Amino acid sequence: MAETAGTAPQQALSREKMQSYWARTSKLMWIIMILWFIFSFGIHLFAPSLNKIKIIGFPLGFYMAAQGSLIAFVVLCFWNAKAQDKIDEEFGVSDE
Amino acid sequence: MKLEGGFLQNLGKIYGIYTGVFLGTTVLLGILEQVGVPNKIIGYCFIFLTIGVYALIGWLSRTAQLGEYYVAGRSVPAFYNGMATGADWMSAASFIGMAGSLYFGGYGGLAFVLGWTGGYVLVAVLMAPYLRKFGQYTVPDFFSARYGGNLARFIAVLVLISASFTYVVAQIVGVGIITQRFLDIGAVNLGFVALSGFQVSCFVGLLGILVCSMLGGMKAVTWTQVAQYIILIIAYLVPVVYLSAKVTGVPVPQLMYGQVLEKIAAFEETLKVPLAARHASAFLANDGSVNMTAAINYFALIFCLMLGTASLPHILMRYFTTPVRQARESVGWSIFFIFLLYFTAPAYAAFAKFEVYQNLIGQQVAQLPGWVASWGKIGLVGACDAANAAAQYALCKGVTGNGDGILQLAEFRLHTDAVVLATPEIAGLPYVISGLVAAGGLAAALSTADGLLLAIANALSHDIYYRMVDPKADTRRRLIVSRVLLLVVAVIAAYVSGTLGADILFLVSWAFSIAASGLFAGLVLGIWWKRTNTAGGLAGLIFGFGACMFFLVTTEFYGPWLKGMLGDAVTIVKIRGRDVAYIWGINNISVGIFGIPAAFLAQIVVTLFTRPAPQAMQDFIDSIRVPAGNVRLVSAEHAVKE
Repeated sequence: MAETAGTAPQQALSREKMQSYWARTSKLMWIIMILWFIFSFGIHLFAPSLNKIKIIGFPLGFYMAAQGSLIAFVVLCFWNAKAQDKIDEEFGVSDE
Repeated sequence: MKLEGGFLQNLGKIYGIYTGVFLGTTVLLGILEQVGVPNKIIGYCFIFLTIGVYALIGWLSRTAQLGEYYVAGRSVPAFYNGMATGADWMSAASFIGMAGSLYFGGYGGLAFVLGWTGGYVLVAVLMAPYLRKFGQYTVPDFFSARYGGNLARFIAVLVLISASFTYVVAQIVGVGIITQRFLDIGAVNLGFVALSGFQVSCFVGLLGILVCSMLGGMKAVTWTQVAQYIILIIAYLVPVVYLSAKVTGVPVPQLMYGQVLEKIAAFEETLKVPLAARHASAFLANDGSVNMTAAINYFALIFCLMLGTASLPHILMRYFTTPVRQARESVGWSIFFIFLLYFTAPAYAAFAKFEVYQNLIGQQVAQLPGWVASWGKIGLVGACDAANAAAQYALCKGVTGNGDGILQLAEFRLHTDAVVLATPEIAGLPYVISGLVAAGGLAAALSTADGLLLAIANALSHDIYYRMVDPKADTRRRLIVSRVLLLVVAVIAAYVSGTLGADILFLVSWAFSIAASGLFAGLVLGIWWKRTNTAGGLAGLIFGFGACMFFLVTTEFYGPWLKGMLGDAVTIVKIRGRDVAYIWGINNISVGIFGIPAAFLAQIVVTLFTRPAPQAMQDFIDSIRVPAGNVRLVSAEHAVKE
C-alpha cells in the first residue's frame, strides 16, 4: 500500500482507503452545505419577523443579510480548509 | 525574470511600501486641493497615476512562459492569491453598482451581498481543490477531459464566452462612466465615425485594461490585481469611515450605521414613504402583509448569483494557480477580502441615503450644490422640480415636478451607478475623496476586465486554436494568438459597451445566470458523481445553456410573444425601453432559475438511462479527488505540452 505521494505517485491510496477518505470528505461537504443553505436561505425566510427585533439600531433580519450570514460564510470557508487538511494529513495525501 | 525569487520573499514589504506611497500621494493631493489646485487636475492625477502604476507592474512581471502566462506559474501564495481574486471578483458591479442597488432596494439589494459571498463556500467545498488537482489551464479543459473531448469543450467555451463577454461589457460601462465624469471627455468626430463622449471614454478606459493583460498574462494580472485590491479597498472604506465619524462620531461605519438606519426610518416616516419601499422592509407589501413575489425574486437572485460564482471561469481559473492545500486556504482569503468590501456596502448605501434625505430633500432648487449639475450633465442625476427640467437633466424625462422651487423626494432622480461615485460630493467631503473613489472604482473595473479578457482569450487561443485547430502550434505562436485575440475581443467589448450603455448590475447578473446554467451542473456532478458520463454531461451543458439563453432572449426581447405562448404565467413589465416578460413574476436577471434545474435534470436523467462512465474515467476522478499523486487522464491527448 503506497501511502506517500513522492514514492508511488500512481497509487496514492488503495481502493478501501480511497473509499473511507472520500466518505470522510463527503461528510464534511454535506455538513458545510447544510450550514451554507441555512445561512443563504433558511434564516432569511424569517426576515420579516426578525426585523421586529432591533440590535444597536439594526433590524435583526436586515443585519443577518447584511453582516451575519457573511461572517458565517467566511468562517465556513476557513473551517472547511482546516478540517479537510486534517483529513488529508490523516490519510497522508496532503500535497505539501 | 531575475528578481523573481527575491520578489516572492519580499511581497509583504513591497506591497507595504506601495500602500504607504499611495496613502502619501492621496494626502499630498488633498493638500494641493486645499491650496487651490483645481478639481479637474486632482481627478486627472488619480486616474493617470493609478493606471501608470498598474502598467508598470504589468511591464515588470511580463512573461513569455506558457505556464506563467496561463496560470501564473502556480506559485502565488494563498494570501496574495486571495487578494488578487478579491480584486478580480469585485468588479464595477460590486464597487459602483452594488451600494447603488442597496440605496434603492434597501433589504432587497442585500441579495447581491449574500449571493456574491455565499457562492465562495460552494467554490471552496465543491470546486477549487479538485480543479487545482486536475491541473490544466482552463475550465473547458475540465469539460473536455471529463465529458469525452472536443464537443464538450466547444460548448463549454461557448458558455464561457457568452458569460464573460456580458460581464466584461458591464466593466467597460463602469470604466466609461468614471473616465467620462472625471476626465470630462466630450464627443469626438473622426470624420468617418462620430463617437459620443461616453463611447470615447469606453475606449480610453480600454487602453488601461489592455496595458495590464497584454503584457504578462495571468502573472502580470495577478500582481497588478493585488495592487488594485489595495487601492479599491482603501477607496471604498475612506469615504464611509469619514461619513461615519461625521454623522455618528465613531469611525466604524459597519457598526454605526444601525443608528443611521433608525434616522432613515424616521425620515421615511415623515416623508410618508410607502411601507414596501422602506429601507429595511423585507418582502413587505404596502399593507404590511408578506409580498411573495418579492421573496421569490430575492431568493432566486441569491441562488443564481451563488451558483454563478462557483461557475465563472475567470474565478475558477484562479484556483489553478496554487497548490491544492493552498487552493482551499486561498478561497478562505478570497472571501475574507471580498467580505471587507461587502459588509461595508450596506453602510455606504445607508450613509448616502441619510445624506440625501438630510441635505438635499426640501432644499431650494435654485441653491442646489454644484455636484447636482456636474453629475446631471452626464445624465446620472436629476432635480426634476421645474416643468422643463428634462431639458437640463436627461434623467427627468417623464417626471413631472410640482414647480414649487423646492426639491421633493419624488423629484430627485439618481442613477444607481452614480451613488457610490457621487456620495463624497453629496456629503460635502473634499474633492480628493471623490478622486480616490474614482480611482478605486477604476481599479475594480480594470482588474475584473483584465481577468475576464484573459479568460476569454485563453479559451479562444488554448481551447479553440491550440486544442481544436492547430495542436502542433508552438509556445510562441500560442502566446501571440492569445494576445491578438485579447485585443480583438477587447475592442468589440468596448464598442458594445459604448453603444449599449445598459446598467452594470443587470448585465453582470445575466453573466452569472449564464455561467451557472451552463457550467455548474457539469462541474459539480463531474467531480462528485462518478457515474455521470459523456452523454449526461453533454445533455446538461446543452439543456442548461439552451434553456437559460432561450428564456433570457425571449423574456428580454420577445416579451409579448412569450406572453402569447405562456398566458397568465407571464406579466409584462416596461423597463429598459422594452416590454420585458416576467415569468411567475420572476425578474429576468435571475433566468438561471430556469437554466440550472434544466441542466441538472438533463444530466441526471440521461446519465441514468445510459451506461455509467467507464472504469478509466472513474480512476481519473479518484485521482483528482485526492490532493497527492498523479492525475490519471483517460487519454494522453488531453495532456498539455509546456
